[in-house]
Amino acid sequence: MNHDLRPKSVLRTYPHWFYLPAAIVFGVFFLVPTLAAFYFSMTRWTLFDATYIGFDNYVRFFQDPQLTAGLRNTAIYAVMTSGLKVIISLPLAILLTSRLHLKSLLRGIIFFPVLVSTVAVGITFSVLMQPSQGLINTVLRALSLGAPDWLGNPSLALISVALVDVWKGLGIATVLFISGILSIPNDYFEAARLEGGAWVKFRYVILPLSRNAAFTVILLSFIGGLRTFDLIWTMTRGGPGFASDVLTSVIFKQYQAGFYGLSTAGNVILFILVTIIVYPLMRFFNRRELEEL
Amino acid sequence: MKRLALFVVLLMALSISAVSAQESVSLTYLVDESQNSQDTAQALIDAFVAQNPNISITIESRPGGTEGDNIVKTRLATDDMTDIFFYNSGSLLQALNPAQTLVDLSDQPFIDNIVASFLPTVSQGDAIFGVPTGTGMGGGILYNKRVYEELGLSVPLTWEEFAANNAALLEAGISPVLATFGDTWTAQLFVLADYYNVEQAVPGFADAYTANEAKYVTTPAALAGFQYLQQGFEESWWQPDFATTRFEPGLELLANGEVAHYPMLTFALSTIAENFPDQVNDIGFFAQPGTSAEANGATIWMPAGTYIPQTTTGARLDAALQFLGFIASVEGVDAINAQVVPNGPYLIVGSILPDDVLPAVSDLAAYIDSGMSYPALEFVSPIKGPNLEQLCVAVGTGQMTPEEAAANYDLDVERQAQQLGLPGW
Repeated sequence: MNHDLRPKSVLRTYPHWFYLPAAIVFGVFFLVPTLAAFYFSMTRWTLFDATYIGFDNYVRFFQDPQLTAGLRNTAIYAVMTSGLKVIISLPLAILLTSRLHLKSLLRGIIFFPVLVSTVAVGITFSVLMQPSQGLINTVLRALSLGAPDWLGNPSLALISVALVDVWKGLGIATVLFISGILSIPNDYFEAARLEGGAWVKFRYVILPLSRNAAFTVILLSFIGGLRTFDLIWTMTRGGPGFASDVLTSVIFKQYQAGFYGLSTAGNVILFILVTIIVYPLMRFFNRRELEEL
Repeated sequence: MKRLALFVVLLMALSISAVSAQESVSLTYLVDESQNSQDTAQALIDAFVAQNPNISITIESRPGGTEGDNIVKTRLATDDMTDIFFYNSGSLLQALNPAQTLVDLSDQPFIDNIVASFLPTVSQGDAIFGVPTGTGMGGGILYNKRVYEELGLSVPLTWEEFAANNAALLEAGISPVLATFGDTWTAQLFVLADYYNVEQAVPGFADAYTANEAKYVTTPAALAGFQYLQQGFEESWWQPDFATTRFEPGLELLANGEVAHYPMLTFALSTIAENFPDQVNDIGFFAQPGTSAEANGATIWMPAGTYIPQTTTGARLDAALQFLGFIASVEGVDAINAQVVPNGPYLIVGSILPDDVLPAVSDLAAYIDSGMSYPALEFVSPIKGPNLEQLCVAVGTGQMTPEEAAANYDLDVERQAQQLGLPGW
């Protein structure tokens, strides 16, 4: 009985001032800026002075014709990147947990793009995807497979950037799946070996038992997709026209234009949107996890 | 006595340090990273420092375009601006809130050296904030004269003639018009360089537009610029890869005659002169044609200015004013001319262009000398919407109709006017 109570009483013995340093850091660097953002989103702000205008910025933000396109593109981008990452990285993880020579080398290679700066990846790929002289189209033409204008064609630009994002983020997704698969107790694999072949092992052991890893991959890459900016900005700047604009690039362009109040309102909207989408998702996944225990 | 001696020594030490402080003032000059601006600033600094060895000036580079605008605004707002800086005149300057951030130069003697038509573009009320740095520019069509000669074409005076030339070029297998949508700002020229024609059709458009009484979407002459972009896309005037081609690689296509026309500012000439010195004399300039051959004239861009923020004070302010006085002098113009190929006229009283100017610059000068020129809208109105470049790309790549883009642009302009706090919005 005494034993069970001990942790609680230990917690209680911390005096309040003990929390103060952390509270100050949190307040100054997180709480105050957040509240300030809410305030400035309701002003017409020139950096020199701010005039209170109520919810006008929000109304204006939703009237922005680019915003609807930006929201749609953000959704496409987030769903596409998180989906493809799961579909591609699971088989890769299975391959890289098998009894393969050079396994660690291959794991290193697939993780390598994660370590490269996103801006460098963006610039490199915009050169590779150049329609007439870029390496990708030179190869495709040699194989007579046609030469799409990856970044110049309005209906293709967003997808091209998403594909590069998948390539870059695949390493993390694969590593998550590898750790998921490696944490499955060996008994299950033994049982699967007795029951049947590879399919049984995949369908009834790996797939259900690496579900948590899959949820983590989906959640992380979905949030990443909603917030994506650097890759889009270095590759297309939201163009051609507004064809690959996402929420963050719309907001950034408003900052550049000097509409500081308006773009702060955009950031508040992005914050609310991510919360609305991600919070239930997290609740759902967490509950599944608990049920499994 | 001892005390007095000490006092004198101290005083001497102080005065020496004061003199030496005056002797070595170092200034920082924020300049955008384009080759032309950098070379112009360097030429001015070299000549100025040679005369004033006690002052040293170092250049700090910043990006151009909207990214640069943001840097300048942020640094001014946080009192973190360099001692002097180079920035656009006209509507972009108005967005810097100059009355509260910049030093008023109106009582400086060198203001008299500046051509009067430049002053409104760097003024607010009676205050004047900048001196013209570098040359004015023409906005219109740069064209390859060699291609014109080979095909027997002549300079078009109306848009129909321009379209006919383009049809002939297409037939000859040459891309008629260079589009470099990879650098979005370059897409705006068909709209912006059409302002001479807008002013001819609707005199006083700028004032009505500033007062929220005239709109792009409801003014056919103003809408025309967007329609030209649509026509360019639909009639395949653009070269291959137009959606991603960038400014400098594009200039190579023009210099080599792989494309015939480039809607651009004559600002591009110095880059062509630098990269393709053998071909720059093949490049000519004509005003963007409109509906009438009689009223054919060029749209003019004012030079950028050099400004002093209010955070520059004391000896640094004196040195900065001295440097601005040098920029606004014939000597300053000569210093630039010795190093940089002029892209258009200077706006300093008494300055003359060298005899060996580029053909395109003398083409431009002919419009100005005959009175057939008008400033671009951004120099006669404080409002320019920031989304124009993307809207132009959207029309030029067939994603938007001219009417949609113009209506969108009107919305953009409204936002900018409200941000500036103009009356009537």
